[in-house]
Amino acid sequence: MSIDATVAPCKCDCACGEQATEAELMVRLEEVIEEYREKEGGLIPALQIAQTIFGYLPDPVVNRIAAGFNKTVSEVAGVISFYSFFTRNPRGKYLVRVCLGTACYVRGGKEVLEAIKKRLEIDVGETTEDRQFSLEVGRCFGACGMAPVVMVNDDTYQRVKPARINELIAQFITEEEPAAEGENK
Amino acid sequence: MINVTINNQSVHVPEETTILQAARKINIRIPTLCHMENREPIGACRVCVVEVEGARTLLAACSTPVSEGMVIHTHSTQARMARRNVVELLLSEHDGNCQTCDRGTDCELRALAEEMGITDLPYEGVKITPHIDDSTPGLVRDNAKCIKCRRCVTVCNEIQGVGALFPQGRGFDTVIGPAFTRDLAEVACVQCGQCAAVCPVGAITEKNNIQDVWAAIENPDIHVVVQTAPAIRAALGEEFGYEPGTRVTGQMTAALRRLGFDSVFDTNFSADLTIMEEGTELLTRLKKALVDKEDVALPMFTSCSPGWINFAEFYFPQFLPNISTCKSPQQMFGAVAKSYYAQKIEVDPKNMIVVAVMPCTAKKYEAARPEMNANGVQDVDYVLTTRELAKMIKEAGLDFRSLPDEEMDAPLGLSSGAADIFANTGGVMEAALRTAYEIVTAKELPVENLHVTPVAGLEGIKEASLIITDTIHDWNFLEGVELKVAVAHGLGNTRRLLEYIKANGCPYHFVEIMTCPGGCIGGGGQPRFTDDSVRLKRIAGIYAEDESKPLRKSHENPDIQKLYKEFLGVPLGEKSHHLLHTHYAPKQQTCPGE
Ligand code: SF4
Ligand code: SF4
Ligand code: FES
Repeated sequence: MSIDATVAPCKCDCACGEQATEAELMVRLEEVIEEYREKEGGLIPALQIAQTIFGYLPDPVVNRIAAGFNKTVSEVAGVISFYSFFTRNPRGKYLVRVCLGTACYVRGGKEVLEAIKKRLEIDVGETTEDRQFSLEVGRCFGACGMAPVVMVNDDTYQRVKPARINELIAQFITEEEPAAEGENK
Repeated sequence: MINVTINNQSVHVPEETTILQAARKINIRIPTLCHMENREPIGACRVCVVEVEGARTLLAACSTPVSEGMVIHTHSTQARMARRNVVELLLSEHDGNCQTCDRGTDCELRALAEEMGITDLPYEGVKITPHIDDSTPGLVRDNAKCIKCRRCVTVCNEIQGVGALFPQGRGFDTVIGPAFTRDLAEVACVQCGQCAAVCPVGAITEKNNIQDVWAAIENPDIHVVVQTAPAIRAALGEEFGYEPGTRVTGQMTAALRRLGFDSVFDTNFSADLTIMEEGTELLTRLKKALVDKEDVALPMFTSCSPGWINFAEFYFPQFLPNISTCKSPQQMFGAVAKSYYAQKIEVDPKNMIVVAVMPCTAKKYEAARPEMNANGVQDVDYVLTTRELAKMIKEAGLDFRSLPDEEMDAPLGLSSGAADIFANTGGVMEAALRTAYEIVTAKELPVENLHVTPVAGLEGIKEASLIITDTIHDWNFLEGVELKVAVAHGLGNTRRLLEYIKANGCPYHFVEIMTCPGGCIGGGGQPRFTDDSVRLKRIAGIYAEDESKPLRKSHENPDIQKLYKEFLGVPLGEKSHHLLHTHYAPKQQTCPGE
């Protein structure tokens, strides 16, 4: 078993800034399973926390959660594949999510998605080779008035135009952190 | 009791009855797809909707309980149109190709379309992208044919307790299959084929070996031997319009001969052989435990059912030492045919093909196991299901119903009634007790008509016990011992029994396990559709076959005695060990990490 943990920083109290080892991550997973296994509807939160720990949900994690919850792997896989917020691939540093809810869709969300795919050279659900960007679609980010909407990590970009995609992506590629963040870009 | 009116007829039913059950009581048919006998309704397909006066919407008959005074219209225009709409939608996504579908004319979706008078489709739907999963030796899945009724999910999870299948993804893109839409060979599927048995369409079927068998038959240099499992003879007739349970042994034999098989033999023969080996193995284990005080694995589990072997290898490796080392009757037959019989007729085993007709898809997997090659070639080359044999008979233009009754060939065609009952749950146990008791006491098993009734029937886990008295000299150590046995069928029941044994220790000496509900008569390769009423009829047919035989006990079979005298020596002897016994190994349960 090997889990790629490069996207999961250590969350221990020592503030050492070091990456957590695989074994440490697995210990945390056991704690999560222990906490949620008896809870009604505990599977989804456990999967969500596992995903924040590992950055994604690889087989060993899924197998362990299935065993911990006394469920079959196929059932847990069914839950994971039902919700778009779960990912089976390691995520990049920046998670780009394009809304394809009705409002965004009719106002060009699809074209925005195509432009991003082209720019990043990846498909939905994939991560760029340099592990910088992952691409996903969402259903509604609650900003329909400003459609089409794109989110990069926790920041929202509104009224995005396909022609401006290169610019949007470019700010994350520079060495320094982008100057302007988020809103009303 | 509750009074309801269905289509202007009143009917009194107990509380908790569903609309569907109430309608059936007065012979009104409401179509269903996702609904399964003895299971909680899941209400997924909506093919069963009916109109209930006063209700705001149409209600699913399978999951709606009746209430006092309910007025139900099952075939009002509204209900009919809604159901029709459901089926039209299914058809619009379904990658039909009925003309070339393995399912042929017993497809339930096709029947529903006909029943509803659907002659053209109003929608041109987007078809599901096909993915053919032929990764396993036993089964083929074609998800473009799947209508997402989830019966296979129910059977694999709830009845078999395996859980290899589950809905993956959502909406139109949902795939009913293994985790993360993997292929079956990548997950812990035991190949039982119960999913194929319940699928209403052609989305899960056995892997077809008909062309391989035709090619062997048509090759003049090859001697083709066929063996038929006990469960075939009480079910094959259904493919030709007979009632379930009709015994067609003689006609089946005639058909096999006319298909061109060179030798027509019986897996029953090697079922008798299995009893000799397995019965001796049980007595030997008991002797080691009781007299020699050796540490020997008890209880002993039967080993005839390859789905069960897979299940133990995946999920209960700690019990592998408890499983009898006897190969299954199918494999014993192949090993004996390619040695004893091949020598007799002076054929090189390399030029002999053994075809097995089985009620089972896991038997295809078993035949392909690499260790099953006692004579340097695979013991069994091809396995056909009951359904595949029926297809070959039809393809050859044989009028099955008018075929005469014929006898199987010698020397591997003669069998006792004990072999017949291998076909149903409790049968292997009964057959073993008939012989073992007589070995130990020199007396006949003291039960009426030789039937061990506590282990017969469709209850999931059954037990019986028998105090052994009047033992003959060699077996005196068993004097007064209470022999305890248990029988489980269906892997969900098996799992419960094993968990019980794990937690509480084992009160039993001998345990029979059959993978499929009802035993082999309910196997994944049997004519569709199998429900409990069909199971019971097939079981009755099998017991009738047993009772009709002059020989009822395996050790009395003169051709078995001859086989030992001329060739094998004694049960568990060196030759037996080499040809008739095998070993098991744990299998990885989950897909290993990347
Ligand atoms: S063959 Fe048996 S174990 Fe495998 S998927 Fe079908 S029902 Fe499940
Ligand atoms: S494979 Fe067959 S039984 Fe399973 S969901 Fe699809 S149609 Fe139903
Ligand atoms: S049979 Fe009633 S909803 Fe499927």
